[in-house]
Amino acid sequence: MNAVADTFPRLLQEHAALRPGRTAMREKHLGIWQSWTWAEVAQTVEALACGLHELGLRRGEHLAIVGDNRPRLYWCMAAAQCLGAVAVPLYQDAVAAEMAYVLQDAEIRIAVVEDQEQVDKLLELQSQCPALSCILFDDPRGLRNYGHSALRPLDALVASGAAFAAAHPGLLTAEIAQGSPADVAVMLYTSGTTGRPKGVCQTHGSFIAAARGDAGFDHFTPQDELLSYLPMAWVGDHLFSYAMALTVGFCVSCPESGETVSTDLREIGPTFYFAPPRVFENLLTQVTIRMQDAGRFKRALFGFFMGVARRVGARIMDGRAASVSAGDRMLYALGDLLVYGPLRNVLGMSRLRLAYTGGAAIGPDLFDFYRSIGINLKQLYGQTETCVYVCKQPSGDVKLETVGKPLPGVTIRIADNGEVLVRSPGLLSAYYKRPDATAESLDAEGWFHTGDAGYFDADGHLRIIDRAKDVGRLLNGTLFAPQYIENKLKFFPFIKEAVAFGDGRASCCVFLNIDVAAVGDWAERRHLAYGGYTDLAGKPEVYELLGQCVEKVNRDLAADPALGGSQIRRFLVLHKELDPDDDELTRTRKVRRGFVAEKYAILVEALYSELEQQHVQTEVRFEDGRRGVVAADLRLCTAKCFTLAGERAA
Amino acid sequence: MSAPQGAVLLEVQGISLSFGGVRALNDISFDVRAGEIRAIIGPNGAGKSSMLNVINGVYHPQQGVIVFRGQPRARMNPHAAAFQGIARTFQNIALFKGMSVLDNLMTGRCTRMHRHFLWHALHLGPARREELAHRARVEEIIDFLEIQHIRKTPVGRLPYGLQKRVELGRALAAEPSLLLLDEPMAGMNVEEKQDMCRFVLDVNEQFGTTIVLIEHDMGVVMDISHRVVVLDYGRKIGDGTPEQIRANQEVIDAYLGVSH
Repeated sequence: MNAVADTFPRLLQEHAALRPGRTAMREKHLGIWQSWTWAEVAQTVEALACGLHELGLRRGEHLAIVGDNRPRLYWCMAAAQCLGAVAVPLYQDAVAAEMAYVLQDAEIRIAVVEDQEQVDKLLELQSQCPALSCILFDDPRGLRNYGHSALRPLDALVASGAAFAAAHPGLLTAEIAQGSPADVAVMLYTSGTTGRPKGVCQTHGSFIAAARGDAGFDHFTPQDELLSYLPMAWVGDHLFSYAMALTVGFCVSCPESGETVSTDLREIGPTFYFAPPRVFENLLTQVTIRMQDAGRFKRALFGFFMGVARRVGARIMDGRAASVSAGDRMLYALGDLLVYGPLRNVLGMSRLRLAYTGGAAIGPDLFDFYRSIGINLKQLYGQTETCVYVCKQPSGDVKLETVGKPLPGVTIRIADNGEVLVRSPGLLSAYYKRPDATAESLDAEGWFHTGDAGYFDADGHLRIIDRAKDVGRLLNGTLFAPQYIENKLKFFPFIKEAVAFGDGRASCCVFLNIDVAAVGDWAERRHLAYGGYTDLAGKPEVYELLGQCVEKVNRDLAADPALGGSQIRRFLVLHKELDPDDDELTRTRKVRRGFVAEKYAILVEALYSELEQQHVQTEVRFEDGRRGVVAADLRLCTAKCFTLAGERAA
Repeated sequence: MSAPQGAVLLEVQGISLSFGGVRALNDISFDVRAGEIRAIIGPNGAGKSSMLNVINGVYHPQQGVIVFRGQPRARMNPHAAAFQGIARTFQNIALFKGMSVLDNLMTGRCTRMHRHFLWHALHLGPARREELAHRARVEEIIDFLEIQHIRKTPVGRLPYGLQKRVELGRALAAEPSLLLLDEPMAGMNVEEKQDMCRFVLDVNEQFGTTIVLIEHDMGVVMDISHRVVVLDYGRKIGDGTPEQIRANQEVIDAYLGVSH
């Protein structure tokens, strides 16, 4: 055996030799958890690889993989890699047109898909992707009468592959031996919010280095457990469910279906968990709703102990229990018995050692909630291009505002314009067929340009504030990070959207959209009558409510020496909701700041004048395609600003 | 779609049914071939549900014969019909609201359980093995209908569309050779209807189950059935493939009304 396995197929062989009887993967099927040992996985992967070889899959070619997280789809990735081919997982919920681009770009000839839905989608695309000649499917349901020559069940491939392996012993061993860590292992497509999706080529070496680094940093062992439920095409899932599982050798479980994830989570009880902030938010909402329906005694108990947790939970989590009084420690222990423990159990987090979040900013309340009930939730930072291997918050040294410290082997430099530049063992080898894009992102000295703006704080933690191209400066030279300010505002439940202006201006001003559900509920509790969004948004009481939110943001900003100068001076509440149908938001609900500034130029000017009121008329498109006009007299409000922390001290 | 040319599974000959002075069905004859989806349509009060009730033995017609699998059938009750392999769903859902989805589906297996109920009550050896086998079959249906996430949920807590799906599941659990569906898509939104259509077609294709369904929604019927019978005021006014029915003047009149 090799000293250290340096490609995924060799890692698989190593586990099959070292721990053949240990469970490598599980999937719930027909209500029962089915499991496969490392030896069984290695055997099936071998059969799949031989089957794919028979179909003509060769070194350097691409194999598309489309579907929910299923064991056999993961194994097909490994099978392709055995042959020196490259796995290309695609987003299973992508519409046909989006998929067509990737299939053409990656010159896909053979695709492995989950079920009928994906088969239908690919058959529809066959005329646009003439190269696609073979579609292998995992679940035969509903496909019996298709009779299409390109279709083949995966079962048949396993059977013929096993026969082929028996007839040609040594062929696969030779193929695996030919593989090198510098070979491209997988190609992940970036989401393409800016232009066409790009295929990010990652080698065995970089993913294995990233996985080893992560495993060392947070002490992963073969005893860990993970439930894989995020899209296979996403780099986060690929790193944790595939690269880490193969590197460390822990067990990955696949849920029964997309809707059963929460039940499956409880049954498996994973030891680590990874989710974008949105998922953590949904979980918390469910808990809150269920607590509101609970009896008075339980509600009181929950309220009291959550108070205790908020006060001392985070400190205990960070290992600073010494700073907590003995009484509070006892209360926390009691709370753990009565509230936090059962709550973790309901969330499927009883055995959780680590939880990660990343990909978007997480709200302070959300972050603190999980940490205070004893879940070690940490943020990490990285991109598809870096195998998500850049920064991570170290256990016991977690700061909400930052994404943590550079991981072992990573070097970070802040460019003059504030952009974060990264050297990481997980760097991409290239963008597929896009030398121009590769040259743009990866400079001659090997720095990857992330496109994010950030800086290091006094303790050496990296803070990401915005996309570098959006970051500007106020007239007085203060850094202005619009998205950072908007996110801070949007963490308030009353604020749905925010648009910040300030680049090249004297100060920062914002447009706000209220969240109709939250503010409407708030208004009803105060017996405040209103008729529709525009009316509610214009209420003086609502302005006052939002004024308080803005004030809190300003107070936070004032404490930050780098951004304190960009406090919000004036704000207004827009008379209509920003809408993708009116091109004000992208389909993924990101604000198109430039477009909004142009469309509402009159309001922006009014904010920077000293006007108290401004009349505005806007054309809107209704859902049925008709157009109409919304007109309103908007109030403009001045917010309370604070002196900078530094200045006060001086 | 082309109709399967299988043997005749069920034949209805000259059925007449009256309730007092009301003639619900008047000399109705048609046949159902093995493996086909056969629809019965008609305006309100046309006698569609009565026809279904006659087939599964709830009502006893005054005249006429029903031939099932080549055997003319004597007067029978629904319980006997179930043992012959006829399962059905109801227009108004008839599930056990307080029981879980899983338990509701298990009741669908009871015609196939052989051990005495006392054995099952004690949950011993042979009864236990029998239950395991039945549970496995039920799990396949859960997988088929994609209702894994509500396996343990009490039926009463489910939205209407899902309850309909569970009811279909219970009928399937009996592994029927003839499945009677009474307005399976009534009261559903477009998406739920599409899902249900797919399940009905999949049941027919994958399990080879013969299906007789009553439906109001003409579009649905024309899309998924092989042959259609049209009833109006207890009379049969049309019988044939969807294309033939679409061209039938009497059917058009019955549905759109005629000016007098």
